[in-house]
Amino acid sequence: MPGGSGPAVPQPYGGGQVSSPGSGSLGDILERVLDKGIVIAGDIRVNLLDIELLTIKLRLLVVSVETARELGIDWWEKDAWLSSNQRELEEENERLRDRLAALEEGDGARRTVAGPEKKPAGERSNRSRGRHG
Amino acid sequence: MAESGSYLYAVARDIGDVPACLTGVAETAVRAVARGGLTAYVSTVPLTQFGEDALRRNLEDLAWLEATARAHHRVVGGVARAAPTAPVRLVTVYSGDEQVCRLLEDRSEEFGTVLSNVAGRQEWGVKVYVDPKDAVSSEPADEGGTGARRPGTAYLKRRRTSLRSRESTWRAAVERAEEIDAALTAVAVAARRHHTQDPQLSGRDDWMVLNGAYLVDAGRGQEFAALTGTLAGGGVDVQLTGPWAPYSFTAELGGQSTETRA
Repeated sequence: MPGGSGPAVPQPYGGGQVSSPGSGSLGDILERVLDKGIVIAGDIRVNLLDIELLTIKLRLLVVSVETARELGIDWWEKDAWLSSNQRELEEENERLRDRLAALEEGDGARRTVAGPEKKPAGERSNRSRGRHG
Repeated sequence: MAESGSYLYAVARDIGDVPACLTGVAETAVRAVARGGLTAYVSTVPLTQFGEDALRRNLEDLAWLEATARAHHRVVGGVARAAPTAPVRLVTVYSGDEQVCRLLEDRSEEFGTVLSNVAGRQEWGVKVYVDPKDAVSSEPADEGGTGARRPGTAYLKRRRTSLRSRESTWRAAVERAEEIDAALTAVAVAARRHHTQDPQLSGRDDWMVLNGAYLVDAGRGQEFAALTGTLAGGGVDVQLTGPWAPYSFTAELGGQSTETRA
């Protein structure tokens, strides 16, 4: 979703500057815009994100993602919170791909929802019956 | 339902106009919403990017986060150069300008206090680093003898001395950092400590022993910067950043709200 409507103007990317933070390095900026500044509790209607939770993880992640990779630190990839969205997306992708494959194998344009679903359901019940018996 | 919201960057003393046509997050135009002597700087943002669910995804997208943080920071900086300013936390989005107006009315007293505290003042950042390698390289070399006869003992001895030396380097650096902090605080109106960044994650090999923010009268900025320059040495590296909008000194409003909520 962000890809399609993202800003077309190229933004300077600060990834490589991490090791030589001058005035206003990305890390310094994030430290302030994410960590400091007024939080007006109770009034926000649109986004009630728990920024406090995001803050630490994101700051560490963003400040040093390149450095961390070089050092072999990859905790964010295993972190349930940070990677859950991606995993969900991957699973959804897989489901959709299976569904598409099933549809393509099936009777072309005809709506064959019952067709591809019946077979796996039958297999599953057979298998479970076997396990119980 | 609603497809856009009002993204709030900062609240400032009413100075009339938006300084020099600022561009905000997602390339949106920044405008001023004024009420009762206060001006809120906002832009209209699509909820496809700034709604709650979208933000969950986007905040994990480093390129998006960087672009957004830099744009937010640019607007806050632009406003802060023109008027006493209270920066607002990244990605604070209201359903519309009416709600922002209501915020200015409801919290005018608190904003007034915060803005008086920062009027005519700037924030400076100072980080102090110590290089742990200094400790190791300044080790006296093994004076022959032991090393040749008993390599194991010599190794353990070297290792112990090295550890002790790292520890004392660290302790000396922390002490030095305290002195530096005290010297800077003497020139500043207020001081805050940020978390020091982990050496592995700060992108520098050396240890950060101080990550301070100092609120300094605009008239003493040069003095503060010059002082910082004289404080390096003695085994530590001192890095100055700024001047910043007073991000670290406007939290009172948020602090109070959070406390009353808890």
